[in-house]
Amino acid sequence: MKFNDALLGIVFLALSVAVLVTVQSFPKIPGQSIGPGAFPGLIAALLAGCSIALIWRGWRERRTQPLVSMGAWLGSPRHMLNFLVAVGSLAFYVLAADKLGFLICGTVILLSLFFALRVKPQFAVVLAVLLPVVIHLIFYKLLRVPLPWGVLPVLW
Amino acid sequence: MLHAYAQAFALVFDPYVLTVILCSALFGLFVGCIPGLTATMATALLVPITFFMPPVPAVAAIVTATAMAIFSGDIPGALLRIPGTPASAAYTDEAYAMTKKGQAEIALGAGLVFSAIGGLFGTAVMITSAPALAEIALKFSDYEYFWMVVLGLAGAVFIGNSSILKASMSLLLGLLVACVGLDNPAGFPRFTFGNAELTGGISLIPMMVGMFAVSEILRFVVHMDPPLKLATEKIGNVFKGMWGLLVKYKWPLVRGSALGTVIGIQPGSGADMASWMSYAMSKKFSKEPEKFGTGHVEGIVESGAANNSSLAGAWIPALVFGIPGDSITAIAIGVLYLKGMNPGPTLFVNNPQNIYAIFLVFILANLIMLPLGWLTIKAAKNVLRLPRNILMPTILLFCIVGSFAINNTVFGVLLTLVFGVLAFVLEENGFPVAPAILGVVLGQMMEENFIKSMIKSDGDVTAFVTRPIAMWLAIATFVILFWPVATWLWRRVFRVAA
Repeated sequence: MKFNDALLGIVFLALSVAVLVTVQSFPKIPGQSIGPGAFPGLIAALLAGCSIALIWRGWRERRTQPLVSMGAWLGSPRHMLNFLVAVGSLAFYVLAADKLGFLICGTVILLSLFFALRVKPQFAVVLAVLLPVVIHLIFYKLLRVPLPWGVLPVLW
Repeated sequence: MLHAYAQAFALVFDPYVLTVILCSALFGLFVGCIPGLTATMATALLVPITFFMPPVPAVAAIVTATAMAIFSGDIPGALLRIPGTPASAAYTDEAYAMTKKGQAEIALGAGLVFSAIGGLFGTAVMITSAPALAEIALKFSDYEYFWMVVLGLAGAVFIGNSSILKASMSLLLGLLVACVGLDNPAGFPRFTFGNAELTGGISLIPMMVGMFAVSEILRFVVHMDPPLKLATEKIGNVFKGMWGLLVKYKWPLVRGSALGTVIGIQPGSGADMASWMSYAMSKKFSKEPEKFGTGHVEGIVESGAANNSSLAGAWIPALVFGIPGDSITAIAIGVLYLKGMNPGPTLFVNNPQNIYAIFLVFILANLIMLPLGWLTIKAAKNVLRLPRNILMPTILLFCIVGSFAINNTVFGVLLTLVFGVLAFVLEENGFPVAPAILGVVLGQMMEENFIKSMIKSDGDVTAFVTRPIAMWLAIATFVILFWPVATWLWRRVFRVAA
């Protein structure tokens, strides 16, 4: 997915303006002329300058560079779905991990990705159940990472 | 001094550390061999595990895995015409052409043997120059450090093949990300939106896992290329004829290794840049440049050595100044800080055994590359047949666990998601990601030295250039910064006059 440089420039410009506005309210270090706002302010000012240059460049090339060009994969429903499943898996984990636990979330994520990527169903199911258990054992038992159990009882 | 060397030996030749080196070597060889998985990704995936190790094995794991991955990226290049890591891309066509001519074993053998030699060359430069540079660095004050960081960042932006404007913006974005949280000279919570997790700042590791691993996975799932096909299954003895090549191409080998080391030292440019530049140089200086591209081994010798020597080169500024030479050392510096082994000249004075241990690991890694690399080449056809549609989802699950493991909160996973998608979109639009990582790693150091210098000089900006070393660093920075502007103006004036 390619955006015209001008469009991206506007996004970056908005970000730098937001930072510049925010740092105005930062206090100064007592007795000094400089405070926690100085450095981010300087960076944001530089970023704003670059953004304007990028907008100018995108504007100049507006004839050859469309506002948004979709990229081949956005036109293919299958690849679009792959992308959404991959991003969705991470979002799903963030939202559900504490409630459902790592093992269930892991299985759901692997199953959906395996199906999206056309792994043979019998492989997909076996691996989706086994792999989270293996990863859980490595990280939970060996490295003592407190991965959430969620609805399952503590098994090991 | 000798005592410190003995301690370093004891640190490295410990069964636990040796096991870590062996496992990470196999891991690196595997990751490098799979197209779409890069050496930087190997590092990003290793970091959550090294988090639980003492400093020496943690660094050993990263050093070994990356050295192996950079070599093993040559394997699919020769067999599939797809580079395993971007660092092999420069000579992939050459290696594939050799395979087509039935010389797969020479292409792979040259990749293996000269990678190891290049790696050892870079290591030798590191061992001889790093302690001497550390002596100089001890004289540095805040002003010099400020300029060193700026110089490093400027190099990251200007030495690269992407748009300078976009690289600068990526860098500035990274510097802004580094500003989030309480960790600033005033201890004031910035840009936290009242979120308690953000007061601690944006953790480097989930961010890197997102930018280097998740973004790669996203690129894979939207990839529309046809499945891979092996060009040959017969690979003979890869060590045969290597001595002859070594004698014949000793100068290209030295040239490639030296150039690679220098490019590695230069912040922001790593193995991929080293390999492209030395391939071009090899062609330029070759006695038979017309053979390049038709399956000629000379370029593989030179740039295969260059990309591995750059890895060691990148560690020189990382250890001496705390300024990463490439994105891999940027991650490694993050690990060193987490381990309380803050890089900088004082590390050479207070804990020389740790530094010597890193030197030893480099030597060891490049030596075991020969037998292990030979095994990997033997097993290559099976490794390359591994279904990537099973591999990638599994890696995604690792990313989740890894980003969770640092602070034990799902907030880490959220950061991984956000930065993964961000890196994917930025790269699709021609913004390089490496400068952003350098910005995040160096942001805090840059701000600290900037504020301290400003306070010391009472707001007087000229103090930044009155000390002699600071002045020279400043001049160097401005030369790099204004070089493109100056050449542009020069051309413009010249054209107008003509």
